[in-house]
Formats: sequence, structure tokens, C-alpha cells
Amino acid sequence: MIAVIDYGVGNLFSLVSSLRYLGLDAEVTGDAEKIGAADRIILPGVGAFADAMAKLRQTGLDEVVTGQAEAGKPLLGICLGMQVLFDTSLEYGEHRGLGLIPGRVAPILDDLSPADRAALKIPHMGWNRLEIVRDCPLLRYSRTGDYVYYVHSYYARDCADSVAAVSEYGIPITGAVVRGNVMGTQFHPEKSGETGLRILKAFSEIGG
Amino acid sequence: MISKRIIPCLDVRDGRVVKGKNFEGIQDVSDPVELARYYNETGADELVFYDITASVEGRGLFTDVLRRVASQIFIPLTVGGGINTVEDFDRVLKCGADKVSVNSGAIRNPDLIGQAARKYGNQCVVLSMDVKRVDGMFRIFAKGGREDTGIDAIEWAKRGEASGAGELVVNSIDTDGVKGGFDLEMLDAMAAAVQIPIIASGGAGKREDFAELFCHSGVDAGLAASIFHYKEVVITDLKRYLREQGVEMRL
Repeated sequence: MIAVIDYGVGNLFSLVSSLRYLGLDAEVTGDAEKIGAADRIILPGVGAFADAMAKLRQTGLDEVVTGQAEAGKPLLGICLGMQVLFDTSLEYGEHRGLGLIPGRVAPILDDLSPADRAALKIPHMGWNRLEIVRDCPLLRYSRTGDYVYYVHSYYARDCADSVAAVSEYGIPITGAVVRGNVMGTQFHPEKSGETGLRILKAFSEIGG
Repeated sequence: MISKRIIPCLDVRDGRVVKGKNFEGIQDVSDPVELARYYNETGADELVFYDITASVEGRGLFTDVLRRVASQIFIPLTVGGGINTVEDFDRVLKCGADKVSVNSGAIRNPDLIGQAARKYGNQCVVLSMDVKRVDGMFRIFAKGGREDTGIDAIEWAKRGEASGAGELVVNSIDTDGVKGGFDLEMLDAMAAAVQIPIIASGGAGKREDFAELFCHSGVDAGLAASIFHYKEVVITDLKRYLREQGVEMRL
């Protein structure tokens, strides 16, 4: 069973629908015991970093997720759920994340050239092309050139050791990260059509 | 770089997709779930569903349609029509919408944009506007294009962006249903006024209209209904053609 962590952040309809569409057993839960019994964990998230971390701490799910990840259970963070896997974020102040992947989350805008700042719209929203920079089980059914759907204004940086795929938006935007059993996608696989379904399928086969 | 988007729009009434011309003469087209599946298979980048139902029963049918589509099709879904309160946002988001488009609801209560943006994020709020020329000015029309609100469309777009809209759907009543091409003059004026993505609507009749549209760099997406519904233009072919013309397309 895949436990989709419920901590009151974002809309889980599409994610759960896509897992079920793939014939996978998925349950939305905030229950530590159920998460402990699951084969895999997905950490979703939409909204602001600080809110998401506050909610994870309030519910004690920060320690549950960290503990499970450290015990070796496959964990996939999606969008903001990927960002909280890192050490820190600079979204509205500096905030500590779960620290499962070294790196930090910073505004895209600050790292763009002056010309790109004027030309590119923020949030980075829409379909962008993946460039795979590291072979990993999560992307085993994906190819460079596949398009995935992004909606975000902050991105993970200083994480060269774990980057698995990037998308170009003035700068290389961290698209997917892998550090052992801990994985994340900045894009939304549940909104990325067939390409996204293939990534979720690959995740469901990891460690299984 | 992000690709330009091709977006079919499905007007849904009483559980069926319908299409009118210049907002009038509504005709039945097909089953929304089947049509959505067809668009997903032919490479649509996103789908827009407008609820043009008047009755309570129709509204129930609409949310049922939305739930069925959202559980089978995994590309972004935008929902509009009958969105007047933050509770309406909640209702459609729970049924699988990713973005919610406001039109008349924002004209009646401009605070709705800000309220929804604070709760769901700017990326979730799409400001949709029906624009028509009156005395050489672009004006916002309400009630499905029948009523001149007197509001200047460019000012309305700027105000929407400042309030927290994450995207604009700009529909030209002057070109809608005519199939003579998009309203490029109006779209350029909009693009010069705001930074948020612009989805152009109204006037697409053939694939060349989209090629011309995307020469205007301020436009991010092209939306159309009948030419896609009646397969006058097949999205797969359109996107291949546009890529050949040098437009970045997801294929």
C-alpha cells in the first residue's frame, strides 16, 4: 500500500485518482501506524513552505516521515512535498525543512539574469521539457524530452549530488531529485499525462 | 523553456457538452467524458470546463461530470461558470479541478479574486473575461456577453492581476465563433498591461490562426471549442504543424 500523507495541505484528488488508475492501492492518511505499515510513502504539498512544515510538526508527521525514510522506506515528495525534503527554504524568511536531502530552496527570480527576469513569468507554470542527468529507478520509464507540468516560484538548489532531472527556465530548474530511497519531483506527475503516470508507476516498483 | 499550450474548452450544460456561436444558438455536441478522453489522447495540454447550467440539477450533473473526468484524465483541469464565492472554489476543487476561473462572480464581487488567491494560491485563480469593442475601447461584458458593464477591459485585467489572479483567459466577443482568427490587437494590448500568462480565446478557425497567435510572444496559450469538437482541427496535427513553425510544443 502507498500511504499518501494527509497533513491538510493541498488537493489530493488527482494524485489518489492517478494511483488508483494505475491499479495501485493508495490510502490518504495521517495515521502513524498506517504509514508505518505502508510499503511506500508519498508526501504531497501545495502552498507555502512554512505552513507545510508547521502542519507537519503540529501533527508529528515530520518525525514519522523522517523516521520511515531513514529506515529505508521509499519516499516520494511532490512539488512542495519535494521542497520540504531539503535542509532549508528561503520562502518568506528562512525555514528549516526535513533535512533528508542536502540543499536549499530559493526563489527562481533571484537567480535569473536581468534579461530573463523581464522576459520570464513567475510562477514557472506549464509544461516543460525534462532533461535527465542521472539514471535512477524513478525515471526508468522516462526519457529526456518528456514534458512535465510545473507550477512553482521557488526551486531547489545547491543539491548537485541528488539532482536526477532538470528543466530549463532561464536557469536549470531542479525537476527530480533522488538520494537513495528518498525522491522528489518539483513537477506534478499526477498532472503530467502519460509521462507522469509512468513516473508514479516507476515509484510503485521501487523496493518492491 | 515552457511550451505554448493548446486548450480545448468544453461548455457543459445538463451533463452534455454544447456549443453556441457568438454566445447564442446553443447546440448539443457530445458526452463530456468521452470528449475529454479524446482530447487527452490527442495531446491537449489542459482542459477547460465551463458550467453553463442554470438549474440546481444541472449543477449536480456538472460536478459529477467533473469528478468522472478528473479521475481518468491526468492533465490540468480548469473549471469555470457559476463561481461566485470561495465555497464555489472549494466545491469544484474537491471534485478534481486544479484551477478555477471566475468571470461574472468577480465583476459582482471583485474581492473574490483576492479571497480565493489567499486561500488557494494565485496559480489556482484564473480571471476570465469577455471583451468587446465599444466606441473604440475594450469593454468587459457580463451575462454571457449580453451586458456591457462599462468596465475598461485593460484596467480590469491589471486590477485582477494585482488582486491575485494567476492567469487570464481573454475571450473576444468580436471574433468569437467567426473563425477568422484571434483578436490579436486586443491580445497585444492585454499582454502589454500584465505579466501573468494569457490564454487567448475566440476566433480560431484553422491551424494558421494559432501560428499567427504564437508570433505574439505575450500569449501563452490558445483556447478553442468548436473547431476541436467537430475535428476541423485535430490537436495532434495542429501541434506538429506549430512545432514545424518553430513554436515550442509538447508532443
